[in-house]
Amino acid sequence: MNRKTLGFVLIALALLILPHLLTQVGTAWVRIANLAILFVFLSLGLNIVVGMAGLLDLGYVAFYAVGAYVWALLASPHFGLHLPFWIILPIGALLACLAGAVLGAPTLRLRGDYLAIVTLGFGEIVRIFMNNLSAPFNITNGPKGITRIDGMQLGEMNFMATDTLFGIPFTGPTKYYYVLLLLLLLIIVVNLRLQNSRIGRAWVAIREDEVAAKAAGINSRNVKLLAFAMGASFGGIAGGMFAAMQGFVSPESFILHESIMILAMVVLGGMGNVWGVIAGALLLSFVPEFLRYTVEPVQKALFGQLLIEPEILRMLLFGIALVLTMRFRPAGLWPESRHKLEAKEAKEASA
Amino acid sequence: MDIFLQQIINGLTTGSVYAIVALGYTMVYGVIQLINFAHGEVVMIGAMVAFTVIMAIVGAGAPLPPIVIVLAGVLAAIPVCMTVGFLLERVAYRPLRHAPRLAPLITAIGMSIILQQLALLIWGRDPRAFPQIMENTSFSLGGAAISSVQIAIILMSIALMAVLTWFVYRTKFGIAMRATAENVSVAGLMGIDANRVIAGTFIIAAGLAAVAGVMYGTYYGIAHYTMGFILGLKAFSAAVLGGIGNLAGAMLGGILLGLVEALGTGYISEFTDLCKWPVVGAEGMLMERCAADGHVVLFGSNYQDVFAFLVLIMVLVFRPSGLLGERVSERA
Amino acid sequence: MNTAVKVLSLSVVAAVAMMGCGKKEEAPKPAAAPAAPAAPAVTVVKLGHVGPLTGGIAHLGKDNENGARLAVEEANAAGIKIGGAPIKFELVAEDDQADPKVGNTVAQKLVDAKVVGVVGHLNSGTTIPASAIYNQAGIPMISGSATNPALTEQGFKAVFRVVGRDDQQGPAVANYLISAAKPKVAAVIDDATAYGEGLANEVEKTLKAAGVKVLPREKGTDKTADWKAVLTKVKGKKPDVIFYGGMDATGGPLLKQARELKIGAVFAFGDGACTDKMAELAGAAADGMVCSQAGIPVQAAGKKFLDAYKAKFNIDPILYSPFTYDAAMLMIEAMKKADSTDPAKYLPALASIDFNGASGNIQFDDKGDRKDAEMTIFAMKDGKVAPFAIIKGGKSLTLDEYAALGAPAAAPAAEAKPADAPAAAPAQK
Repeated sequence: MNRKTLGFVLIALALLILPHLLTQVGTAWVRIANLAILFVFLSLGLNIVVGMAGLLDLGYVAFYAVGAYVWALLASPHFGLHLPFWIILPIGALLACLAGAVLGAPTLRLRGDYLAIVTLGFGEIVRIFMNNLSAPFNITNGPKGITRIDGMQLGEMNFMATDTLFGIPFTGPTKYYYVLLLLLLLIIVVNLRLQNSRIGRAWVAIREDEVAAKAAGINSRNVKLLAFAMGASFGGIAGGMFAAMQGFVSPESFILHESIMILAMVVLGGMGNVWGVIAGALLLSFVPEFLRYTVEPVQKALFGQLLIEPEILRMLLFGIALVLTMRFRPAGLWPESRHKLEAKEAKEASA
Repeated sequence: MDIFLQQIINGLTTGSVYAIVALGYTMVYGVIQLINFAHGEVVMIGAMVAFTVIMAIVGAGAPLPPIVIVLAGVLAAIPVCMTVGFLLERVAYRPLRHAPRLAPLITAIGMSIILQQLALLIWGRDPRAFPQIMENTSFSLGGAAISSVQIAIILMSIALMAVLTWFVYRTKFGIAMRATAENVSVAGLMGIDANRVIAGTFIIAAGLAAVAGVMYGTYYGIAHYTMGFILGLKAFSAAVLGGIGNLAGAMLGGILLGLVEALGTGYISEFTDLCKWPVVGAEGMLMERCAADGHVVLFGSNYQDVFAFLVLIMVLVFRPSGLLGERVSERA
Repeated sequence: MNTAVKVLSLSVVAAVAMMGCGKKEEAPKPAAAPAAPAAPAVTVVKLGHVGPLTGGIAHLGKDNENGARLAVEEANAAGIKIGGAPIKFELVAEDDQADPKVGNTVAQKLVDAKVVGVVGHLNSGTTIPASAIYNQAGIPMISGSATNPALTEQGFKAVFRVVGRDDQQGPAVANYLISAAKPKVAAVIDDATAYGEGLANEVEKTLKAAGVKVLPREKGTDKTADWKAVLTKVKGKKPDVIFYGGMDATGGPLLKQARELKIGAVFAFGDGACTDKMAELAGAAADGMVCSQAGIPVQAAGKKFLDAYKAKFNIDPILYSPFTYDAAMLMIEAMKKADSTDPAKYLPALASIDFNGASGNIQFDDKGDRKDAEMTIFAMKDGKVAPFAIIKGGKSLTLDEYAALGAPAAAPAAEAKPADAPAAAPAQK
């Protein structure tokens, strides 16, 4: 037990000093780390819907988009509004939550694969609307996106500038890193608490056998709706942070590809298992960065020319990973313990 | 009126292409209740292969009539697509036949990505221009123009539908397919090799996809490695609209979706022009803009891709069995 | 991070710091240098370039990078001394994948690497968010291809562009249409991207101002192949001209299908569809279409540039490389003028520069846009787009007249008479 605590303390310390180490290499790496944390956050949000409740949602990016646009519209010169983050983030989460409920209510009685297609359609509809709500009345500024979005502002501390505290410089990206880390901690706690709560068990029951769950007295409709709404609101928070960090949002950032990417993080890591999902998200965030710097030189050294662009190779590996995971480890690389049990039972049953 | 008629012709042509692709979805779904997400990519591969063959023949300067060259393209595309369809089933889907429902769907997404990237490697990123070899004679039909290619596409899809119906209801393999669709294990007891039937279904669906790909390519004059995805989604919507698992339904759904898209794109702005409606509360501001521009259109053709998804959602919510589907699936 | 890079960046820091201290101390240096038998220590100065090197428009990104690289190598060959010390420029090329997220990350990388100036990015979508990062770091940035007006409307002092804005290109092609086709009714279609919509908006504005009735905007997407429904609707309103804001991949099918529907209107396009690919995609239907490009046509760029580019990279320049070449040249010129490679010192010199580059004379207005940027009108003839008019200062000039203005393009443009121009056009491929 003591060793476990020590481990946690060490990891926490490492995470705390990480941005300062990365800054030594280059602030760019702090930005990369920030985006990685953001994606971990997103996949944990999606994990509630897909992993725990077993509802395949291919339009998750829509909620992310809602959060990002809420921030962009309420804190930029576009409407001349500059609200503080502690008003915007809750609004973003709330609106995303509402969007989740709006999508969920009519579609929840659909079967798994139909639900997937409908959510995909919903995601596309949201993107198309954001892309086109510039005429006849300009709401989202259309494909041009919204520029000069305010960063976070905490009292006197501006997240765009560098401050020095105890002789240690804190750059803008480093400050965002700490905020994101805090949010990440929050969502991990939520995920862990949910896993063994009444609601969490109800979700798993529905995931495994909806008819039986209903017979056991679970109101499957409400419980599923809750999963959708909860997952969506985390997507909304992530979207707000994204807008603040980038200072720019446009519909291009919320294409179907992003939804599939987040889904792949959840699936690859292990649906339902918090640590697995985190590992999956980190893996898929850093592997592309790694490929970008290695694929070209390696191929040039081996074949003397570039045969496969890093971009194509990345997507190919991505597709292959999805297929192979489903084939050989359908519960993910780091499966949930309950899943592990089922997989074992299934094997015995089929043998 | 001629404009309306023209939109109907446009819709019928696009709808015929949707219908052929939708047949593929519906057949596979009918037999093993799987949404073959990668079906759109098979269409794309069909178009690309046909394009390569047609270009090679044109490049070689062979003095063949255009229709023969296009047919050569189709004949080359069909076996390639059938092989892809067979491999898809054998390698990706068959091992997952008893896995949880989500597994084959995620695999299908993965296969879709893989096929797209492979096509990108082989044919590159540039859109491929289908050579303009078919002389595109236009006929006048009540003031609207209908081209020979459009007529060919509509007739071809009707013919394919007829052949397919005959095949499913009159041949031994077709009967085996229907038996498997009813109940895999009972069909097995009757001496039907389910694996063979399922593989055969995938192959036939892929063959149809190849034809659809060539139709698309010759009609629009373009093929691109990303063309399959959205086409596949729309065709899937068409299949659901008609009642998934139902052949006639796929045809009907395809044509209807084509018409909805063409008429929606053509007329939605007429109905959402705020200058034509009494809008309570904003007359002043609207009047000014209506005077300046003559129109304040709320929804225009920019929402054309929304129609297919809206149709899909509406059908699934209000009539999940589709227009012609009779059985509501109970499997969760 | 290998050690070489670290040493280089350290030496840059040192150089910048030295220059920051003023020139007095450095003055004796050149005198001392001849005394020493060894060559004087060369200061390495880094310039950044960003463009998409992977993805759909990687070839354009590479072309942009080549332009900047050529400028840097020419400057190195010329042996420039700044602040008395010989300077070696080094181009740090980054790939933004045309993705704003990646664009911000690589922008930060360049800031980390302590570049003194950045040429790029290519797309407006990546340039606009990245410009905030450069501006905050006080590093001058010049884009050779981002045409979205919003870039220079942000009020950033360190942000410039040498290419014309959409709201300069749009009016140019619209005015040409107004004078050549005298339309009463016009239809404007776009592909619902930032580029296509932005350009279409500017065209619509100009047409309306000239009293032309503009139909409600029609839209597709950047992947649309089926334009029949949209075109049929437009046909019913009988427009005299149709403008499409979008790329060739969608513009080609649009043009082909319009002719199939027997629409006789004049078709006009922006630079995204001003390529020979249009003829390939639309066939004979493409003949007679008009299109515009921001800036001067590649084949009218300085002959010196064209030859040097061809000699160095063994291919013809594609699209924006004359502009990125000029962008890099401008920075180097400004550093020479200010006699400093410190961004804070040479920035004022850059803002007030008056320079004759491969793309003509360049001066910046107070927003950082190019003053009086040229626009070129092309027409499709026999499967090739050929330039036939350059719009400068609101006037339409033929290539010969433009050459006669005595711009640096004089020599090549005179050689490349309109008859030759199509021959040079394969560069468009």
